[in-house]
Amino acid sequence: MSAVRHLSALIVATALLLAVLAGGCSGSREAPRVVIASKSFTESVILGELLAQLAATEGVAPRHRAGLGGTQLVFNALVAGDVDAYVEYTGTLRYQVFAGLDEAVEADLAGLLAARGIGIAGELGFGNHYALGMPEARAEALGIRRISDLVDHPALVFRFSNEFMGRADGWTALRERYALPQTDVRGVEHDIAYRAVASGLADLTDVYTTDAEIAHYRLRALDDDRGHFPRYDAVLLYRLELAERAPAALTALRQVLGRLDETQMTAMNAAVKLEGRAEAEVAAAFLREGLGLSPGPVHVEGRTSRVLARTAEHLFLVGVSLGVAVLVAVPLGIFAARRPRLGQAVLGVVGVGQTIPALALLVIMVPVFGIGPMPALVALFVYSLLPIVRNTHAGLTGIQSSLLESADALGLPRSARLWRIELPLAAPTVLAGIKTAAVINVGGATLGALVGAGGYGQPILTGIRLDDTALILEGAIPAALLALLVQGLFERGERALLPGPRFRRAARLR
Amino acid sequence: MFELKAVSKSFAGTPALSGVDLTLSAGTTTALIGPSGCGKSTLLRLLIGLLQPSSGEVRFDGQPLTPRSLAAARQRIGYVIQDGGLFPHLSARDNVALMARHLGWPVERIDARLETLRALTHFPASGLDRYPAELSGGQNQRVALMRALMLDPEALLLDEPLGALDPMIRHELQVELAEIFARLGKTVVLVTHDLAEAAFLGQTLVLMRAGRIVQQGSVEALQRYPAEAFVEHFLRAQRGLVGAWG
Repeated sequence: MSAVRHLSALIVATALLLAVLAGGCSGSREAPRVVIASKSFTESVILGELLAQLAATEGVAPRHRAGLGGTQLVFNALVAGDVDAYVEYTGTLRYQVFAGLDEAVEADLAGLLAARGIGIAGELGFGNHYALGMPEARAEALGIRRISDLVDHPALVFRFSNEFMGRADGWTALRERYALPQTDVRGVEHDIAYRAVASGLADLTDVYTTDAEIAHYRLRALDDDRGHFPRYDAVLLYRLELAERAPAALTALRQVLGRLDETQMTAMNAAVKLEGRAEAEVAAAFLREGLGLSPGPVHVEGRTSRVLARTAEHLFLVGVSLGVAVLVAVPLGIFAARRPRLGQAVLGVVGVGQTIPALALLVIMVPVFGIGPMPALVALFVYSLLPIVRNTHAGLTGIQSSLLESADALGLPRSARLWRIELPLAAPTVLAGIKTAAVINVGGATLGALVGAGGYGQPILTGIRLDDTALILEGAIPAALLALLVQGLFERGERALLPGPRFRRAARLR
Repeated sequence: MFELKAVSKSFAGTPALSGVDLTLSAGTTTALIGPSGCGKSTLLRLLIGLLQPSSGEVRFDGQPLTPRSLAAARQRIGYVIQDGGLFPHLSARDNVALMARHLGWPVERIDARLETLRALTHFPASGLDRYPAELSGGQNQRVALMRALMLDPEALLLDEPLGALDPMIRHELQVELAEIFARLGKTVVLVTHDLAEAAFLGQTLVLMRAGRIVQQGSVEALQRYPAEAFVEHFLRAQRGLVGAWG
């Protein structure tokens, strides 16, 4: 009984501590005056670094949320005020952000943005247009130069980026426009699409004209002979209120407008993706050589401090979500065991939470909770509920009825029976449920990086983007180790709680 | 001490007890006996309120047993079941002291009471810190008995307390139980299907069949003046043993 009291006290204390830490972290961290964001591809991250360093030259403390997510997520974050500025492309605004409003959009992009509190500071000077890329040798052999040449080769394998598959100006519109007959067409991660084409697993992918890979993989960008793809000129978006709140920052950011051409951008992309240089370094070099500015020293985080920072973020996500889940799920499990009929409903509802795909759940949470740890915490919390509720319920309903009758016959009131008899007897099962939730959480928390929550998913995503296996492993290995560690710790705890002679161990904890 | 008035109990429409009237006086030892399914365990469970009668009334010490009075009544009644019903996560000591601790008894009082009961039941001091899984069946029943007696209840109910033990241990414990009942002078109600055990431990036998009391009295009375053919039949089935005790 005391062992269980210790255990529950420990769980409650941990949860409270983590909650306090969470509050403390968000409260005490000084709010950066300007938050720059970038989307999760290399060019955007370089541009984000560039903006952040520009702001710093004017003495503004910038924060760069690097590789925050896809267009919709970053744009919504800008509208919501989580982000102050980032670089977007005109075509993306027209055909993705404001898809479905076509006529008005064409007329007045600036007006649509202004209605949401967003301004266009201006064009950076380069365009990053969509094109279709095919290996040069393959294209030559089949005699394909223009997109309309593809009509004669229905067996070709197309691998597009997920974004291209879903866009208003993407695959569906392209197929209609050119009457393309290909059927083996799938969406994958953009960088993986490149690798598929490079290794011969696919024949064609969508490319961006400033991609370094076009030259690197010797791709031929097919001629858009029917003028399907719109222009994708890079523009600087910012929150209109920034002009009042931090005018110096806005002035600083404007320095890049009209100063960055397509050749320079392609070269920067190549420096990061092909030469493996850090985005921050490449951006600083451009500020020095291209704009004649003197950015501050570039701080590139070392591997150890990087891993430590990601570990802290990951532990935070897992610890808080699990702690709160325990506080909610154990009472829910007790309730479900006490009221069989309502209990089935509880188990059902909690089970439905589990069936929502993790990715979808995260995306659903973003409009409600913004970006950062919060949506990830809520999603992980929802995922933790089922194993704990179910095991608490199973542990309590599985107790021999003769033991419960003995407790009743002693005259023990219901509440005392629960604390002194039922919960201790169910403890190993409850703990097994918490263990399952914890291990699932350690893995699930890697998805948190998709919504800007950090954690081990961050190096994994960046590694995929940069085709950098070492970086992927920097997230994947610690995540696996942490899962094993969590599993091991819980198993030790379970052994201490097993019934029979081993209860002596638990007794010694008193 | 206990009084049943026209008590009937049925489970999902199947009657287990039909119109039972029974009075058990303070300080007597009564054995409920009869074939399996005759309702003797049901009757015992009604006495401690683990079951509520479908109709009729159960009284303890003159007061009807109601959900409200149950908790207080149970502290005045000890209850032992066949496999002991000991809590596997608690040591023998913690099992016995559970209720006293819950009621906030001081440690010295608990220890003193434990010591008295240990001596009464011949339970070894070294066994107190063991867990039920580490003790033999006979020792577990001693612990169960100590637990039932911890609060010094006025009544003691035992449901086949020795049913799961091997014959040697069973015989030894029967003798000990008889001594304990005699020494404590409590109201004892014992359920058993073993006529020899009933005759040995109980002053009064209550023979039941199909939810009804067939006959009530000493084993001699049952032998000499059987109320119906069933009584003779039941006694004859175990006559060899009855002769030994009779």
